[in-house]
Amino acid sequence: MANIGKSKIRVPRKVKAGDVVEIKALVRHPMETGLRKNKKTGKKIPAHYINMVTATFNGATVMEAEWGAAVSADPYISFFLKVDKAGTLKIVWKDNKGGEFVGTKMINVQ
Amino acid sequence: MSKQWIEKAISRRGLFKSLGVITASAAVLGIPQKGRAGDDVDALVAKTMGSGPMEEKRVTIEAPIIAENGKVVPIKVMVDHPMDADNFIQSIAIFVDKNPIPMAAKFNLTANSGKAQVAARIKMGKTSKVRAIARTNTGKLYAAINEIKVTIGGCGG
Repeated sequence: MANIGKSKIRVPRKVKAGDVVEIKALVRHPMETGLRKNKKTGKKIPAHYINMVTATFNGATVMEAEWGAAVSADPYISFFLKVDKAGTLKIVWKDNKGGEFVGTKMINVQ
Repeated sequence: MSKQWIEKAISRRGLFKSLGVITASAAVLGIPQKGRAGDDVDALVAKTMGSGPMEEKRVTIEAPIIAENGKVVPIKVMVDHPMDADNFIQSIAIFVDKNPIPMAAKFNLTANSGKAQVAARIKMGKTSKVRAIARTNTGKLYAAINEIKVTIGGCGG
């Protein structure tokens, strides 16, 4: 798959200190379960999926997700975060083949 | 003559005995086999979320009633629970009973999350029960169970 690991993180533009904001993120990934067969050759397509997502804000872990192969391709995730001060949100996606994809986003506080 | 009769009786008794054992064991084996899929998921839930009494409240699953495409089923899980430093939702997990791998996702949150709500898109092989389980940092379990109908499966080609 082209563009594998390309990510996009969305945060609200206007954030006040103490606000609880929704973080939305997308990453390009095939999320292959390992149960699907190639129709032409009859061979199983090897599993290739993200099994760990870690979100840190200013270095502190704020959310961690353990995923199974049942998460859809190009996985979307949304979660909430209480923002006390401006900082950098970093999301790391790790897959079962050792792939690691990183996305960062600055959260500005007004 | 009488000896022969006794032998026959013994073997007959033995036969009935073994038959009885077979039917009894079949009955014992038969019952768990029927409800196996559900039992497995229950065990899996206990394994990943911890066992204990579970209450079906506070958790809401927002998902379509009928998912046209099982490859992409949007699911939002909301938990009506405070997120204080000493009393918060620690994890939220989503299970699809009839998927070959029932555990779809588990989210670990912190008190800094501010709100216990997560969303993801998952694959569903066929119409199935979907469970969302939330666990507090003190070990309380809350759950919500929804049935989502799938018209086109998302597993396999």
